[in-house]
Amino acid sequence: MAEFSLPKNSRPVDGKVWPKPQGSNNLKEFRIYRYDPDGESNPRIDTYWVDRDDCGPMVLDAIIWIKSKIDPTLTFRRSCREGICGSCAMNIDGTNTLACTKGMEDIAGAVRIYPLPHMPVIKDLVPDLTRFYAQHASIEPWLHTDSPAPENEWRQSREDREKLDGLYECILCACCSTSCPSYWWNGDRYLGPAALLQAYRWLIDSRDEATGERLDNLEDPFRLYRCHTIMNCANTCPKGLNPAKAIAEIKKMMVARQV
Amino acid sequence: MQGTPSLVGDLPHCGIAQVWVVKLSPDIELEEAMADSKLERARPLSPHLQIYKPAMTMVMSVFHRLTGVALYGGTLFLAAWLIAAAMGKGSFEAVQWVYGSLLGRLVLLGFSWALLHHMLGGIRHLIWDTGRGYGVSERALLARLTLIGSLVLTVLVWVAAYMVR
Repeated sequence: MAEFSLPKNSRPVDGKVWPKPQGSNNLKEFRIYRYDPDGESNPRIDTYWVDRDDCGPMVLDAIIWIKSKIDPTLTFRRSCREGICGSCAMNIDGTNTLACTKGMEDIAGAVRIYPLPHMPVIKDLVPDLTRFYAQHASIEPWLHTDSPAPENEWRQSREDREKLDGLYECILCACCSTSCPSYWWNGDRYLGPAALLQAYRWLIDSRDEATGERLDNLEDPFRLYRCHTIMNCANTCPKGLNPAKAIAEIKKMMVARQV
Repeated sequence: MQGTPSLVGDLPHCGIAQVWVVKLSPDIELEEAMADSKLERARPLSPHLQIYKPAMTMVMSVFHRLTGVALYGGTLFLAAWLIAAAMGKGSFEAVQWVYGSLLGRLVLLGFSWALLHHMLGGIRHLIWDTGRGYGVSERALLARLTLIGSLVLTVLVWVAAYMVR
């Protein structure tokens, strides 16, 4: 059931204002969500100042700078720093995106950073993605075949391969699912845009032979049909993909197999 | 969801005395994993509606819901008007007077806008059901057209209504 306000233990309070670095006149303000699992207190919003002359251009550069120079306890996930691993997904300036591909100069005023929305927070900007991964696993994201395996690879025409464009690029960063109000309110039963885009990626794969079973698995008032085309997923995807469109195609397949 | 940790062995050349591997059980049931996440209740929930920057498509989705709810109220007014007409001259004139008052006309204005907006939203959903209108500019255009279209149609309906009166 939709619960619009945050539970009592989750409401952020004002946090620490860290001192400005000395001797710089090119400062950028950062307001970052902090949560210490070892303490008793609520999450808080800390304020930091980053010296842009001493720091790379991306938001990820800035939070690494903060961690190195100001506050080593600031916790976040990151790895590739080039938009392909999906680790540094977070809510920056009100939308979900990858910190490594979001430029600081695109943001007017203070840069506000929160963990991915409506998720249990492990620490600071690190959400618990267990359920998200379980939902991905539930669509069985691998090739299903009954035919005997070919001697070499499973062949595919160029045209069939092109159908996977706009789908295979998904890096499972969870930006889309955690931007979706339907997923916020019904994430325990609705699979969410990321898992459904992945489901469609296997549904239209010309080599896959389990289309019927895959559709059966999704034919459910919640798993698939909680998508109400709010389109936050497509608006937020840092890879420019369109989960809403993929979900619409699955709904069309559901109708097509009944007529 | 996680299985029992099992000892794999020593890797002395890595400077690691013992290697423990936690195997994910191959038959993870989705429901089970979902139930497990309930154990994490003590963890705070990250902010959502409070901090998310509203996009036009998101706002239009909210409006579609709100106008849908408003139509329940509007339908009651319509039913009251029909029932009053069936009951006779006196009751019909009373309802006519209420609906014709300034407040009544304001409510009717809102009802007609909600009806037209919800109708255009429904047409937008029909277009989406065909798999069209999902591109970046298309979805922005559809959202804007729904709002502008409903306002324009409402004005037209009222202008027409006053002209035939």
